[in-house]
Amino acid sequence: MRIELNGAPRDLDGSPTVADLVRTLGLERAACAVEVNARLVRKSEHAAHPLAEGDRVEVVTLVGGG
Amino acid sequence: MHAEAAAPAIPPIAIGGFTLRSRLVVGTGKYRDYPVMQAAIEASGADCVTVAVRRERLVDAAGRSILDFLPLDRLTILPNTAGCFSAEDAVRVSRLGREILEQLGNPGAGWVKLEVLGDRTTLLPDPVGTIEACRELVKDGFTVLCYSSDDPIVAARLRDVGAASVMPAGSPIGSGRGIANPAAIRMVIDRLKLADQGGSAEYPVIVDAGVGTASDIVHAMELGADGVLLNTGIAHAQDPVRMAHAMRLALDAGWHTARAGRIPRKLYANASSPWEGVITHIPGE
Repeated sequence: MRIELNGAPRDLDGSPTVADLVRTLGLERAACAVEVNARLVRKSEHAAHPLAEGDRVEVVTLVGGG
Repeated sequence: MHAEAAAPAIPPIAIGGFTLRSRLVVGTGKYRDYPVMQAAIEASGADCVTVAVRRERLVDAAGRSILDFLPLDRLTILPNTAGCFSAEDAVRVSRLGREILEQLGNPGAGWVKLEVLGDRTTLLPDPVGTIEACRELVKDGFTVLCYSSDDPIVAARLRDVGAASVMPAGSPIGSGRGIANPAAIRMVIDRLKLADQGGSAEYPVIVDAGVGTASDIVHAMELGADGVLLNTGIAHAQDPVRMAHAMRLALDAGWHTARAGRIPRKLYANASSPWEGVITHIPGE
């Protein structure tokens, strides 16, 4: 299955959830937030949120800014 | 017998349900490295810092996080919506910032520095988009601090849709031009704070953006601002830590100046030494 992850295409095996994706990226302990198709998926919902073909996923964090 | 007189204490600033000990809020961007940023924040005395929300760098996930250099137990993080050019995107980014700060257990999860920008060249706020986004975010429970232009009418509109603070730009972000239009900033402050203009003395107005040097902060405070937010003026100074010290002192100087009652400006001189008893010849007399 192919999704768009942070603006780039990404192929995923099987039928992963948001939680699976976050784990694959090694970010399960990082301070990050996930959006699927421009809607926030809260951390408590990651495991229950399946990804679908063509989903636009953003994984964001905090950076320096003013 | 003459003890050094201490300046009267500067009270904390209340913004919505938040209270900050320091009236200086500093950004965390553009530093050459994180340790310098950390030292500059410390020197500034700020207990609130702004951060931005950006894509996780998936190729370099091992890179150090800014969060490792921010003492989260002592700082309230103020997430911003920098880089947003529509109300819709600003609302999305606000929610993402809140999600991260909730995970971190930082009180900053409850608020946002709202920026809806008009274009990349000026980085001036889009007033229509800012008002729209502010209304939406207030509905969603956020305490909203609105970056705004120095227009008193827009400022009042933002206050009316629930902004907890309006933050007029002194001059464009990162420009270092200080308070480009002091009369306009004064009108924003009066509109929001004077009872006879429908304002309230307690309503916090924070000058945000354009500060290039310490005197700009003094100027903003003299005009009646409750606080100042800046980033580049410290981060890009040759010695950011020393400049952060200067900015903190300037905030204090400006606060006291605004309350000490400055003398009126006059065209001609007014001698400080008495004329009575002079032993000299005064020209024309």
